[in-house]
Parts: sequence; structure tokens; C-alpha cells
Amino acid sequence: MSFVKLSASALAITAVTATAGVARDQVQVAGSSTVLPYASIVAEAFGENFDFPTPVVESGGSSAGLKKFCQGVGEATIDVANASRKIKDSEIEACAAAGVTDIIEVRIGYDGIVFASDINGNTFEFTPSDWFTALSDKVVVDGAIVENPYTTWDQVNPAFPAQEIQAYVPGTKHGTREVFEEKVILAGCEATGAMEVFAHAAGGDEDAAEDACFALRTDGRSVDIDGDYTETLARVEANNAGIGIFGLAFYENNTDKLQVATMSGVVPSTESIATGEYPVSRPLYFYVKAAHLNAIPGLKEYAEFFVSDEIAGPDGPLAEYGLVSDPELADTQASVAADEAM
Amino acid sequence: MTDFNSDMASKKSSLLVADARTQKRNKAEARFRAYGLAAVGVGLLFLVILLTTIISNGSSAFKQTFVTVEVFLDPAKIDKKGNRNIEDLKKATTFTYKPLIQQGLLDQVNAAGYNHPFEKHKAMGQLLSASAAGQVRQFVLDNPDRLGETVEFRLIAASRVDGYLKGRVTRESVARDKNISAEHFDLVDQMQADGLVEKVFNMAFITGADASEARPEQAGFGVSMAGSFFMMLVVLGVSLPIGVAASIYLEEFAPQNWFTDLIEVNISNLAAVPSIVFGILGLAVFIQFAHLPQSAPLVGGLVLSLMTLPTIIISTRAALKSVPPSIRDAALGIGASKMQSVFHHVLPLAMPGILTGTIIGLAQALGETAPLLLIGMVGFIATNMPDTLAEGILSPNSAMPAQIYEWAKRADPAWYERAWGGIIILLVFLITMNTLAVILRRRFERRW
Repeated sequence: MSFVKLSASALAITAVTATAGVARDQVQVAGSSTVLPYASIVAEAFGENFDFPTPVVESGGSSAGLKKFCQGVGEATIDVANASRKIKDSEIEACAAAGVTDIIEVRIGYDGIVFASDINGNTFEFTPSDWFTALSDKVVVDGAIVENPYTTWDQVNPAFPAQEIQAYVPGTKHGTREVFEEKVILAGCEATGAMEVFAHAAGGDEDAAEDACFALRTDGRSVDIDGDYTETLARVEANNAGIGIFGLAFYENNTDKLQVATMSGVVPSTESIATGEYPVSRPLYFYVKAAHLNAIPGLKEYAEFFVSDEIAGPDGPLAEYGLVSDPELADTQASVAADEAM
Repeated sequence: MTDFNSDMASKKSSLLVADARTQKRNKAEARFRAYGLAAVGVGLLFLVILLTTIISNGSSAFKQTFVTVEVFLDPAKIDKKGNRNIEDLKKATTFTYKPLIQQGLLDQVNAAGYNHPFEKHKAMGQLLSASAAGQVRQFVLDNPDRLGETVEFRLIAASRVDGYLKGRVTRESVARDKNISAEHFDLVDQMQADGLVEKVFNMAFITGADASEARPEQAGFGVSMAGSFFMMLVVLGVSLPIGVAASIYLEEFAPQNWFTDLIEVNISNLAAVPSIVFGILGLAVFIQFAHLPQSAPLVGGLVLSLMTLPTIIISTRAALKSVPPSIRDAALGIGASKMQSVFHHVLPLAMPGILTGTIIGLAQALGETAPLLLIGMVGFIATNMPDTLAEGILSPNSAMPAQIYEWAKRADPAWYERAWGGIIILLVFLITMNTLAVILRRRFERRW
């Protein structure tokens, strides 16, 4: 009978430990996979320098993180949500409905998005118009809207080599895609004058025109990558003609395999992004639940540590890794210190 | 038919000389054997390719480059109040220690007369891991009386230096790298000749915790191994008793009717359900409904238990079935109750089979990643080694396969090597478990 007793007690122990629960003593963070590297660097340094345990940082995307964040207040919910975009009004409403009313918004810096190709391939100097013309589903030729007829880059812009058009763009679940659409495709759509033609065709409907701009071609020349940058890198390595879209930090860690293209004549770097010269960048944020500040040990210290000069400043480890530090960091520090909710 | 007969009659058939039809059949058989052999050969070839790839890519993760640095523990910087109070010492962060270490290394290479172009101590920082400052700070907090002395430390080298010594990084590949330059490697060569830089066995990789993306050189697999261990504990505690009880009832006690048939069909179907489905179920039921802690091995273990249950039930039932009815009859014949006959005679005889099935089920669960992605076990999680059983089960942790997945997608190519190293460790576990299962079966299984 000993077996039965053993298994019964094992079951009982599991049941007891499951229901008892322990008070949470570490900060829990979830959200954007773009912010994850930075958050993990901060969490690690935090664990080294404070008596609190190292915070737990999960990834899963900005939207998923904010959804978790807005589930409510209490130990079972996360304390901080990382996001590669600003929180939406609908998300603030969802938060409020679940009792999460005081949210502290912290901008940690800027992230650059770069266009890179195989190191042994051709070099490119892009403008947003080139990308729109090469990748849009419909383009304007002689005033008429036609299916995208271009197959090589020299058809798009005579200055380019006769290389097959093959682009690996982030999938729609990525925050990076949104920036690519806003800052490159839409800019190109407007610059080439296609926007006006689309608007005219849609009877003056601006939204419809924008949607027409955003529609990328589906004939296989533009491939959506739903995975991470490592997958994009693998595709570019497999196909020398491929051009991939990466985060600046990822590119800087793989300079032996990739060469970066300029955008509107500017080489992407932390400097050119900080000055705003390089156009394709976005702010990164994290959001703190004010109600947890007193309940979870170390949360306030974590938030302050994250935006301290030593960490997020221009010489800190985040900048070393590829984050473009925020020129207005001092304001952010002050608002975090004062627990200023949105 | 007549043709055939006349054909046969026309030839003198001999047993020693094969006729055309026999030859044809023999050839067909020889061909079939060749196909089979080729299939086995291709299978083995793939196995060899797989294993050599894994070992050649991953074995370097078990070595780590260290740099010996003499650091002057400057009390003016570390202990500004000058009272040696531990609480005040804690206020000196790793950012205070960083320049001290870099200066120490620069003084050292200058004193040794190495040929290098670096003037600022900051350039030395690119040779060392960012973890160095934490290591020195911890030393000072443990030995505050050593302040003011020059202490020799063995610090982890930066991932690029480590990669250079392992042949992964070359002077050409860092031409455009802002983290390190070819001149650094010239210096490393000189330091290596004097034994200041050396590559040694990396115990921290097996016992250590995950590190942030900027420090692949510091990352270890130990905490995620602990996570997997506690998860397996939960799987064993939940699925073994339930699985064995269910199969004993179904096999020995349950009446044969449409209801038990339905259960049987469902169990077989359950064994074929993709594991990601269990992950979604776990997220919805255990975390969102039951409010069990996020990322905890408890939830991971419960989800994997659902997956392992059918495997255990099916193998347990097979083991029970293989016990001959004569044993049961004999037990019942001398007056044992049905339950006594099962627990005293049938179950002990079926035990080796049950354990084999359980171990194989556990091995399967150990390598499972998909459901863990959904219940928050990927990310920067495996950083705190649990101290107690309850903490191990309830505090957030990762698991071996999830950790490998996480490493494989990080930017620095040094992570890739770690991921392969993790695969080696995971494979060692799986091979050990499967060998154990084979040994159990060989040694204890009885045949009638």
C-alpha cells in the first residue's frame, strides 16, 4: 500500500503548495520584445546593485504586455509593461475598467530601425520613395494606378544596381512594422505623389488612401517575418539579394554579416538618431502601475534606476547596447521620482 | 496454365541451379535488403550530422576566457564616508567599480610593456565582461577590510574576446564593430602569451543563471535546469498517481460498456493532441481562471502533466495487460479480494513497465517548449536560484528548452553558441533518462 500512500501524499503536497502561495518579492515585467534586451540589462544591473531579487522580464509584444498590465491590481498581475509604442486610449480605458487607474509613463529613449543587406552584396542609398515604389501593392505609372510592375531595384531608381527586389519586413504583430509603415511607406507614398492619386481614386477619402499606401505587394517580393530579427538575418544570409529590416542594436551586434543602407542620405547611428537626422526611429516606453509602488518591494527603485544617468544616459550600458538616449532624460527622472501618473 | 506446365517440363529443374523465377525473387529480396540498409544508413547519417553539428557548435560553450586583473580597491571612491559601514559600501554601485577595474587593467598592461595604442582606461572595458564590476563589488562587500589593497581578480572576458580565442570572431569580422577593434586582439595575444588571458573550463555555464543580452559570456544554464527539475517534480506528482489510478480502474475494475470505450478512445486521441493546445488551456485555466502564479514551474508542470497523462495511462495499461490472468486467478483463488490481487500481485509485476512508460513520458515533457511559451516561461526569467522547494515550484523560472529558444533569438552571435551548449546538456538529460528506461525494462521486466 506504500505506493498509494506515497502518491496520495504527493498529491496533497502539490495541492497545499498550490493554494498557499508566497508573497511576491520580485518585480514582474512583461511586454515588447524590442524593449526586452534593455529591460533585461537594467534588471540584471538592478539585481547586482540592490538587495532586491533580480526582476523577471517576459517578452511577448507590446500589446500582449499592456493587456496583461491592464488585467487589474494585485500580486497576481504584473507591475511594469514595456512598450515600443505609446499606450493607446482604448488600452487606458481597459485599464481603468479593471481598476488600474494611475499609470506612470516612462520614456526610456529611442530605437532606430535600419535597412541592412548581406555584407558581400550591393550597397544602397535609399529614400522612403524607393521603398514605397518597390514594395507597394499598387503604384502610380503615368497617372494610372497599376499593380506593382517592378522586379529589380534599377527599375525603381536608375541609380540602383539591377538586383532582384526581395525584402524581409517585420510582420504586422511587431511594433517595428508600424514605424516602417508610418515613417517610410507613408512618407514615400506622399513624396511620390501616389497619395493624392489614391485619395482621388477613393473619392477624397484620406483614410482609404492611407490604407492603399500601406498595402504591401503579395507576390513574394515582400516577405513578412513574424519571428525575430534572427530569422530575418537567416533569410538575408540565405538570399544575397535580400534586404532586411532590423533594429539598430541587432545590426550593431552583427556588423560582420550585414551592411547598412543609408536613408535619405543619413547613415543610421545612435548619434544621427539622437539628433533626429535619421528619420526611421521611435520612442520606447515602460508603464508602471502606481498602485503597486508601495506593495511590491523594489518597484520604485527599479523605475528610478532604469532612467538614471548611469543606466539610460549617453554613456550607460543601454546606449552601449544600441539604445539612443533621450535628450530629455532629466525630465523623465523628475517625473518618475514624483510618481507622476498620466 | 498449360504454358507454364510445359515450360516447367521442358527444363530440367535442379535444386542447385536457381531457375529464372527464383533468381528474380532472390534479386527482389536483395534489392529490398539494400533499400532497408540504405534507409538505416541515411538515418544514421542524419544522426551523425546532427550530433557533430551540435557538438562542434556547442562544445565551445563549456570553455570560457578569463582575464587576470589586479585592481586597486580605492577607498576614496568606494567608501566616500570612510567609515567602512556595509550599508554605506552598498551605495557604491557597479558603476563606481567599473573605472577602477579598467584603470587596473591599463596599469597592468602598461607595466608589462605590452605594445598597444590605448590611452584611456575606457578602452580596457571592451576586453572585460560587464559582469566584472559586479564580481569586484561583491568581493568588497564580503571583505570590507581589504579596501585600500590591490587585489588580483580573475574576471570574465568580454564575449568578443572569448569569441576571438575560440575562433568565432576574427580581426576581419570586427572591422566595423564598435564594441571592439583589431588592436584589442593584438593586446589579447600578448596577454595570452603571459597567461593573463586564459581559456578554462566554464563551470558557471552549468550552474549559473541567465544573463542579460549584453553579457552572453556570463550566462549559465543552471537555474533553468532547476526550473525543469521542479517542473518534472510536479509532472511526476500529478500525472503518475492519476495515470496509474486511472489505468488500474480502467483495466481491472471498469465494466466493458460504451462509456469506458468512449474514455479509451478519448485517451488515445488526447495522446495525439498538439502540445500548444495544452499551453493555451494552461493559460486560460491555470493562470487566468485559477490565478496561479505566472511563469511558475507549478503551472508549467501542470500543463505538461496533461500532456504526459495519456502516455502514462497507455503504457500502464499495456503493462497491466501483459500480466497473465493466471496470476489474478490464483490470487482470487486463495481468497484475496479483487483489490488485494491487484495491489499485491498485478501492480508489482507491472511496475517495470509502468516506470518505463513514466520515464519516457517525463523525457518527452522535459523537451517540450511550445506550451511553456504561452504561460510566460520565456524571457529574462531564470536569474534567481530557488532556495526552497516551495520557492522552486512557485517562483518564476524558465525551463531548459525554453531557455535554449530564448538564447537562440538574441542578437549577439555568442548567444548562439550558448544555445547549442544548452542543447548538449538537454540531450545528456534525455539520453540518461531513456537509458534508465531501457535498463529498467531489461533488468526487471518479466516475460511469461
